[in-house]
Amino acid sequence: MEFLLYMGDVFTPVNFGLLLIGTIGGLILGATPGLSPTMAVALLIPFTFKLEATQGLILLGAAYTSTVAGGAVSAILLKIPGAPANIATTLDGHAMAQKGEGAKALQLSFLSSAVGGIFGVLLLIFLTPVLAQWALAFGPSHLFWLAILGVTVIGTLDSSSVVKGLLSGCIGLWLATIGFDDIMGAQRFIFHPAVSGGINVIPALIGLFALPQVITMFAKGRLDAGAEVIVVQKHPIGAAFREVFARWRALSIGTIVGSIIGLIPGVGGQIAGLVAYDQSKKFSPERDKFGTGHSEGVIAGESANNAMVGPSLVPLLTLSIPGSPTAAVLLGGLLIHGIFPGSDLFDNYPDVAWTFINSMLVGQVLMCIFGLYVAGLAANVARVPHSVMAAVVLGLAVFGSYSVQNSMGDVYVMAALGTGMYFLERFGFSAAPLVLGLILGPIAEGNFIQGSMIANATSGLGPYFFTGTLNLFLIAIVVSSILYSVWMELRNRRYTTKEDAMV
Amino acid sequence: MSDLPRTQHIIASGLVAIVGIWITYVSYTQEPAAAFLFPRMISSVFVVLALWTFGKAVLGRTNVGEGLDAAAMKNIAPGLIVALISVYWAAQTFGFYTASTIVFFSLISLYDSGPHAELKSWMRRLIITAGFLAVMYGLFAMVLNVFTPREIFF
Repeated sequence: MEFLLYMGDVFTPVNFGLLLIGTIGGLILGATPGLSPTMAVALLIPFTFKLEATQGLILLGAAYTSTVAGGAVSAILLKIPGAPANIATTLDGHAMAQKGEGAKALQLSFLSSAVGGIFGVLLLIFLTPVLAQWALAFGPSHLFWLAILGVTVIGTLDSSSVVKGLLSGCIGLWLATIGFDDIMGAQRFIFHPAVSGGINVIPALIGLFALPQVITMFAKGRLDAGAEVIVVQKHPIGAAFREVFARWRALSIGTIVGSIIGLIPGVGGQIAGLVAYDQSKKFSPERDKFGTGHSEGVIAGESANNAMVGPSLVPLLTLSIPGSPTAAVLLGGLLIHGIFPGSDLFDNYPDVAWTFINSMLVGQVLMCIFGLYVAGLAANVARVPHSVMAAVVLGLAVFGSYSVQNSMGDVYVMAALGTGMYFLERFGFSAAPLVLGLILGPIAEGNFIQGSMIANATSGLGPYFFTGTLNLFLIAIVVSSILYSVWMELRNRRYTTKEDAMV
Repeated sequence: MSDLPRTQHIIASGLVAIVGIWITYVSYTQEPAAAFLFPRMISSVFVVLALWTFGKAVLGRTNVGEGLDAAAMKNIAPGLIVALISVYWAAQTFGFYTASTIVFFSLISLYDSGPHAELKSWMRRLIITAGFLAVMYGLFAMVLNVFTPREIFF
């Protein structure tokens, strides 16, 4: 119950103010189609430089939580999911809005998001310290395999092609080696002065997640999408509250499925929402009503996509392995303050770790309260013309990248990576494994070199890296994730692609 | 099989394969060898996967990715050119805020669905641009104290 000791820190004026800003801002950003949670968090990182580590993480965590929930607003009122995680919500949420039950759908979505989100954060609270202690037993070979595991799992599960997903991961791992070698001081792949100091993760994240969205908005040309916001009728909140708990089956399935999927690195919110929706439909006596504006569809999808938020941070906070692209961005937010996740975080910075986690718990409640009030405003923000949205995001990306080190080189890197990523995505490559490769590359290389030194002095490279229960277990997961994805690809049973979410 | 022309996939995967071959060449030829141990490992996997992808593209077995269509490229080109000119030249020539303002105004003018012949549309664009400049200046110059290149203009 150590987390309770730091609960008061969430309510200091600055921390609580940042939590409010992150929550309300996140709800509005989340409702904006094309602004994914990862991109919103990446664009916010430059604003955390002047803040203390705890404050920066509170802002980023609140934005992460509420962008996922805010995406339901445009999913329900515009039939455009604000984020891939809200795809399942469009199926019944928009149908409810068309039937004049828009307010009810929004209330159900925020209430079930809060229930799922609180359960997910509680899981994070109780699992993280246990796993962080377990992680102390990890040596260089295990950490090397963990880093490779992070890249391969996301590369295989997050991409529509296993080979291209792994190739994206390799590109990220290669980008991480650019610059001066830490041990020998040798120059590696420095083909332009802008990358002489290596590739800074923050401008790279901004470029890889924000610029492809900007270019996608350019691709629409001068066409006005003409998204029509459905006007909502008033609906008593008490009735929505009762309905959420009356539909306990959908709520439980969504919350449990979301939490389990959140723990698996690489499996995103869109999968959580769709699997929960599918399972709720199978177990519901009213399964015929799904797709026609049934409240259980909204409850299952929204409780699942917010339940996965907390557990998705477990691998990051315990093993330093970001389980999702957004977690990778949060890792960037930790590293700029010189804090490395894992047992070190809980031993040396318990105030940072627990205040951040507690703020996510409080943030779920705030998200629910403000979500109900901000929904109307957020829906109107979703109608901002794509020309303005593209120009604003581009401006934020340029200024944000520059402000990291006051360096034009970072802006060049951001622009080059972002433009390149847009074209790579058009051919089936994926940004998530590339980012994971870029972030986990130094961890993999550092532990590989350290492990090689130990191995040369002891048993040799082969036995050191390929024997031992934990090594074999991690290698088995790497191989299994690849084989599973190949099998899924051959069966052509992918649930959805990212592009579907951004239509 | 995707409807995407096979040549697009061949060009895209070919470019990735060329990068893979270059990385592998550099990794195995540069010294000191110890500094390139990890890059060698990565580049070996990279080049195998890249050549595999290229081979699939040549055989027409690529079925992932929507590719590029002429209409989308025609829409993207003006915005992308303006953005890249701004990043790689204008920001350091005119100053960050001036360049950003010009680019912002250019982009919303290029992609705004409002009529170009109407004065009202241009006024709206100017007001939005002025608002953008004020917010960015307030955030980055006054709140975050980021010192940006000023050059010719403020």
